[in-house]
Amino acid sequence: MAQVSLRRIVKAYEGDVQAVKGIDLEIADHEFVVLVGPSGCGKSTTLRMIAGLEEITDGEIAIGGTIVNDIPPRDRDIAMVFQNYALYPHMSVYENMAFGLTLRKFPKAEIDKRVKEAARILDITPLLERKPKALSGGQRQRVAMGRAIVRDPKVFLFDEPLSNLDAKLRVQMRTEIKKVHQTVNTTTVYVTHDQVEAMTLADRVVVMNHGVIEQVGPPQELYHNPATRFVAGFIGSPAMNFIPARLEEASGALRLQLPQGIVLDVPEARTARYRQHAGKPVLFGIRPEHLTDDKPTDKTNPAPLSLTPEVIEPMGMETLAHFKLDGAEISARLDPATPASVGAPLRLIAHMDQMHLIDPTTDRVL
Amino acid sequence: MAADGSLAMSGTAGVSAGRANSLQRFARRRSTIAFVMTLPLLVVIVGLVAYPAAFGIYLSMLNRRMTAFAGTLNFELLFESETFWMVAFQSCFFAITAVLLKASIGFWLAHMLHHIPNNRQRKWRGMLLVPWVIPPALSTLGWWWMFDPSYSSINWLLSIISVPEVPWLGHHWWARIAIIMVNVWIGAPFFMIMYLAALKSVPEQLYEAAAIDGATSWQRLRYVTLPMMANIISITVLFSLIVTFANYDIVRVLTNGGPRDLTHVFASYAFQVGILSGNIPRGAAVSLFMFPILAICAFFVLRSVTRRNKEQM
Ligand SMILES: Nc1ncnc2c1ncn2[C@@H]1O[C@H](COP(=O)(O)OP(=O)(O)O)[C@@H](O)[C@H]1O
Ligand SMILES: [Mg+2]
Repeated sequence: MAQVSLRRIVKAYEGDVQAVKGIDLEIADHEFVVLVGPSGCGKSTTLRMIAGLEEITDGEIAIGGTIVNDIPPRDRDIAMVFQNYALYPHMSVYENMAFGLTLRKFPKAEIDKRVKEAARILDITPLLERKPKALSGGQRQRVAMGRAIVRDPKVFLFDEPLSNLDAKLRVQMRTEIKKVHQTVNTTTVYVTHDQVEAMTLADRVVVMNHGVIEQVGPPQELYHNPATRFVAGFIGSPAMNFIPARLEEASGALRLQLPQGIVLDVPEARTARYRQHAGKPVLFGIRPEHLTDDKPTDKTNPAPLSLTPEVIEPMGMETLAHFKLDGAEISARLDPATPASVGAPLRLIAHMDQMHLIDPTTDRVL
Repeated sequence: MAADGSLAMSGTAGVSAGRANSLQRFARRRSTIAFVMTLPLLVVIVGLVAYPAAFGIYLSMLNRRMTAFAGTLNFELLFESETFWMVAFQSCFFAITAVLLKASIGFWLAHMLHHIPNNRQRKWRGMLLVPWVIPPALSTLGWWWMFDPSYSSINWLLSIISVPEVPWLGHHWWARIAIIMVNVWIGAPFFMIMYLAALKSVPEQLYEAAAIDGATSWQRLRYVTLPMMANIISITVLFSLIVTFANYDIVRVLTNGGPRDLTHVFASYAFQVGILSGNIPRGAAVSLFMFPILAICAFFVLRSVTRRNKEQM
């Protein structure tokens, strides 16, 4: 097992398209790191450079302290799980899993022991003699993971391993992957476009956008303290609301002037942090879960506002309400017991201790 | 169908109506439609394959003047003839060597082409296909001229690197090699184009998975490419074996069986015996001799193809 270091990694495809624009990342031994971002942001390219499947245009990648730029994939001691499984169709499940060890000339008994052990961990022992064709999507994914586990490599690489599975199986396999990591504890780099997957699996999440890293941090950190507007909007579902506002100072206290004459008080704890921006236009960011119906609450700094819902979506355990405020789309999570109906004004409260302010010129969170 | 019929018949007054009904239904059954639609093809197959084959078998059992039934006499005489066994050997030697060479060279070319970027690949693909699209009788004439003892351009080239003159069509082993060379030159592009298509259909990620699993490029070829192409390889080899076994034009143009009948294959020998020497039943017997060999090959190849299809596709 090993740590992985990316130093100023650049990938340029022909035609001067920079898919990855100089990223730095230190991944510790045993760590589970998830690269997350929208489609086309360069996640797979980054992962494939770590694997050695893609040449590195500039920068340095080290695995376990050794610079691997010029080492072919087979000598990097890594294992990779692909989105479409990439199982060898002419080999049985057993042979698929044993292939890497056979090529490395492991003794037969050792191969057998490792394959059986991995099959036991993944619960695929009865499938060992089958060909991949005779397996379901979830089973194929397990075999692909088995192929990685038996190798006992320095690093596991996953490229959107769950994207081809249906929603229910995806949740199940997510738990499975987490369990496997807790068992074998191998350093893991996992790529996904799904922020829920990222949040649930990662020790640390790396949010990428347009070939650069927007922010790196543990899931809770990204959720509570996003560094940029992109991260604030990407992490969390439904996405954070962004409302154009003006920060104003009146007799030492700060207030947010929203469209339609709505005024919200900024909590005292934040005044020092935001004072220098008083008088400027800002983006007020608040998550739907912090914009709730007006109920007695022990949370501090509730600020009331009244909005008229355009769409109501009952979800069972909660109800989502969608509003429009001067062109900004806003959603709120309501208690399902709240009588809300389209067109009838609704009293909401914003939990201002969870507020964010974003500088619209730099898109950085203030 | 039986249940449908009894249902239609159940009304006492509707017997004839019921019959018309079931006739209509019979006409609308999928298997009936399928049969009617394949009828033209069946007619073609019967007319162009089954009838000539049956007629060939019938011919081979007549006497020389085709006046009386001679049983297996023609075959017995062939089995006793030394020339026939020589032809059988030369046919097998020619077909097997040529097919193996065509397949290997075609595979090698396909592999080279596959690694050329797409825009430049088209040009090379077109050029390499040329031998296959020239009418064989014509290109064989070209080769014949290049092999010709007095004007041989090949010998001239060889003489530049001071290799002694080769009696291309004069000595039977050189003549056999020359025939194989021409057949390979004409036939390899077909293999190339088939294998190129097959190579393109192997998912790139299998190679990537194998590279990460620790395979060298040779091992990727051995454990990924070849097994993934096993079906197309066996089908092309079988197909080519059939066509090459029955090859006629190259031998006819290049050596005409000579020297001393030592380069005849089944087809050219059948022509020689049946048409040129006027013993049509004996010629038919010669040409029929290929059939059991090829049938056995086809059986085994197609069986393994079916099995692989069932397991992997
Ligand atoms: N082989 C290639 N040639 C040119 N551009 C590529 C190639 N592969 C990927 N790209 C581009 O690089 C960018 C990043 O791709 P990728 O890493 O696959 O994104 P994702 O984050 O969805 O995995 C995309 O804009 C894509 O169009
Ligand atoms: Mg990707």
